[in-house]
Amino acid sequence: MKTRHFVAAAIAVLALGAVAPRVVGNGYVFYAGFIALQYVVIATAWNILGGYAGFVNFGSGAFVGVGVYAAVFLFNALQAPLWAQILGAACVGGLLGLGMGYLTLRIQGVYFSIGTLALTTVVSTFIVNWSFVGAARGATVMAPHPQIWFPNVVSYVFFAMLTMAVLSVAIARWIERSWIGRGLAAIRADGNAAECAGVPTLRLKLLAATISGALLATAGAPYPYYASYVEPDSAFSINYALNALAMPLIGGTRNWTGPVIGALLLSGVEQAATVTIPSEINLLIVGLVLIGFVVLAPEGLLGLAGQAVAWGRPR
Amino acid sequence: MTLNLALNAIISGLLLAGVYAIASLGLTITFGLLQIPNVAHPTFIVLGAYCAQLLNSFGLDPIIAGLLFTPLFYLGGVLLYQIYFQTFERRGCSDTLQSFTFFFGVALVLQVSLILVAGVDLTSVNAPYIGKSLRIGPATMPYRLVIPFVIGMTVGLGMWLMLMRTRAGLALRAVAHDANALRICGLSPTRAKANGFGLAMATASLAGAALIVVSPVDPFSGTQYIGRTFAIVVLAGMGSVPGTLVAALAIGVVESLVITFVGATWAPGVAFAALLGTLAIRPSGLFGIAR
Amino acid sequence: MSDTILAVRDLCKRFGALAAVDGVTLEVARGEKLGIIGPNGSGKTTLINCVTGVVRPDRGAVIFDGTDVSGLPAYRRARLGIARSFQIPRPFVGISVLENIRVPLDYVHRPHRDATRARELLSLVGLDGRADHPAESLTHLELRKLELARALAAEPRLLIADEVMAGLAENEIDEVLKTLFTLNDQGVTVVMIEHIMHAIMRFSRRLICMETGRIIADGAPQDVRRNPEVRRVYFGK
Repeated sequence: MKTRHFVAAAIAVLALGAVAPRVVGNGYVFYAGFIALQYVVIATAWNILGGYAGFVNFGSGAFVGVGVYAAVFLFNALQAPLWAQILGAACVGGLLGLGMGYLTLRIQGVYFSIGTLALTTVVSTFIVNWSFVGAARGATVMAPHPQIWFPNVVSYVFFAMLTMAVLSVAIARWIERSWIGRGLAAIRADGNAAECAGVPTLRLKLLAATISGALLATAGAPYPYYASYVEPDSAFSINYALNALAMPLIGGTRNWTGPVIGALLLSGVEQAATVTIPSEINLLIVGLVLIGFVVLAPEGLLGLAGQAVAWGRPR
Repeated sequence: MTLNLALNAIISGLLLAGVYAIASLGLTITFGLLQIPNVAHPTFIVLGAYCAQLLNSFGLDPIIAGLLFTPLFYLGGVLLYQIYFQTFERRGCSDTLQSFTFFFGVALVLQVSLILVAGVDLTSVNAPYIGKSLRIGPATMPYRLVIPFVIGMTVGLGMWLMLMRTRAGLALRAVAHDANALRICGLSPTRAKANGFGLAMATASLAGAALIVVSPVDPFSGTQYIGRTFAIVVLAGMGSVPGTLVAALAIGVVESLVITFVGATWAPGVAFAALLGTLAIRPSGLFGIAR
Repeated sequence: MSDTILAVRDLCKRFGALAAVDGVTLEVARGEKLGIIGPNGSGKTTLINCVTGVVRPDRGAVIFDGTDVSGLPAYRRARLGIARSFQIPRPFVGISVLENIRVPLDYVHRPHRDATRARELLSLVGLDGRADHPAESLTHLELRKLELARALAAEPRLLIADEVMAGLAENEIDEVLKTLFTLNDQGVTVVMIEHIMHAIMRFSRRLICMETGRIIADGAPQDVRRNPEVRRVYFGK
């Protein structure tokens, strides 16, 4: 997709999102849409470190949770507006990503992933013991009514999340096509060969981890306004870690479109399933889908599409 | 008074470490030696707990029940390895994302199946020794902790002997180093690995029995153990059984002290902090070879 | 500018009980054509790994063009002007052949706006037809060419070619030799590790033979070939 087409599409999407709250009467669209867009941000952000650079982060819950609680803290302490909460969350998430990258600097592969698993619990343990943000009891956040344009809070946070989704996709796309993306791909393929080709592997890894962490945190920041009540178990839920893996796996990790496809598909299926079937069956299906994809379609849907094209080509 | 508190905290930590140890020993084989990231292992332990509870409801001692299920679990482990082998090792791809997701998927399916069959409530077992304690001097040791501790240490010793003294154990240690060398000796690496996986699953059965003796269990109990067991195996040094026992003891004691003197809400962070610390400072663990 | 571009002083590297490199001291002159031979396991590749920074030696120093690089990470040494090709090709799978070449172009020098230079390099080694194909789809021969092209892309001052001709046909060997000769004429110091004797004899002005981590012969190719120690290592007593 050429850049000017992408920019045009992005502007169109944002314009639609801005207009929708005034014309669409059904509130459910915004409730469900928020979740879908949050998934897009999470999948895209995760893929920067996981898909492009090859460092599989199991601690997405830590970053989303940190974003949630950064927002709560800024709201409680400073009555900060939403955009400031998002910015603050990005800073904290970026720092956490930097820290995680630094701690696991020379570790790759399975060990890195195990280490990131630990991160979520370590961070949530700190939050659980911090009473200013509600500790284990949780915190209630009453979002102020948006003063202009937006008729209610949910359409306001919907638009905020839409903005973040477009922004994170744009960032991922830029990285993927730039020299940074090539360097990350080299690191993913062969760290030593990349170093000998002049790639500063450790620095690039830190960069990818920081960006990924910052964006993941921004997915959590609007959540307090959305739900009005947050508590550690759901903010740091392992579902975030699982979904962050599942979406790029389903959609494909090599390209920015993969996480988007995976996110929209997964959130769509989960929404439909929640309404129609009990939540346990829902989880069962997610688990079976994951196993199915890993066994049958390891490159995700994009990979399947690529193979289909190859089959269709005249030999 | 504080000394008494500390003493009992240390002792219960040591005893609890028995459960941690037996929970981790299976992972010492699959992850430590075979480098297979089986994050579903704790969920299999929970399955073992439920199986033990099932027979216990007919009056059988839970530990005996756990023992009876071990052949079944062994076969399950061999089967799971075959699936893993066909999907990953056959294809020659060691994609971390995919192998992790595979086992996460297995864990999820297993956990949900348990929920569907047994519900979400806590389940527990009955045994004559639960509720009674052994008193030696100022120390109080509940039997429900002592018995699993003994089992944990016994399994640990047994596993160490198996790895060091038997042909199967030798094959397992060898295949961890170099699968091709094993082939040249006329042994099948796949059989050695399948055997290892089966043994690891067998320990899960016993671990589950031990777990449910210590405290009631629900389908979500496995999640807490994922981090703990991996932390222990990494801290131990990959594939080292003595290391696993030492690491389990260390983490058990520190957790117990933290619960007593700092607060229970800080306890989950201990194992994970240990994991991160080990990875950052000495990734080869206490007893491992520096790679 | 001194005459020595690379100096290795008392380099030692052990892996467990095995001494892969056992006290190697070596000086390579600027613009030299140096060949390194020796049986498998004699430490040639480990020596190169120590020089390029992929492996940290236990003892000893590596000095490149007057600068002590012993503590520098590999990517810094690459930027200073050391390039190497790998014995077993290590392509960047997951991206195209063209992008493989763009990596050293972007990182050893500075990010290039387009792929012109990359395409030039590909046609130099005959891979321009495969530019947009994924790296994992190349044949083994093509992978070797990619290795060489990637090393050339770095525009090094010292090029270490580790078994770059293994498995090539005679005419392909000639092509690679021609490329290396041209490079050397332009001032690049070339260190060649090879098992293909006639090629390395034609190319090198100085030959070194290694065995179990030590240099056992060092001199003009004809002299080294006649050296009784070298004959023993290759042909036995």
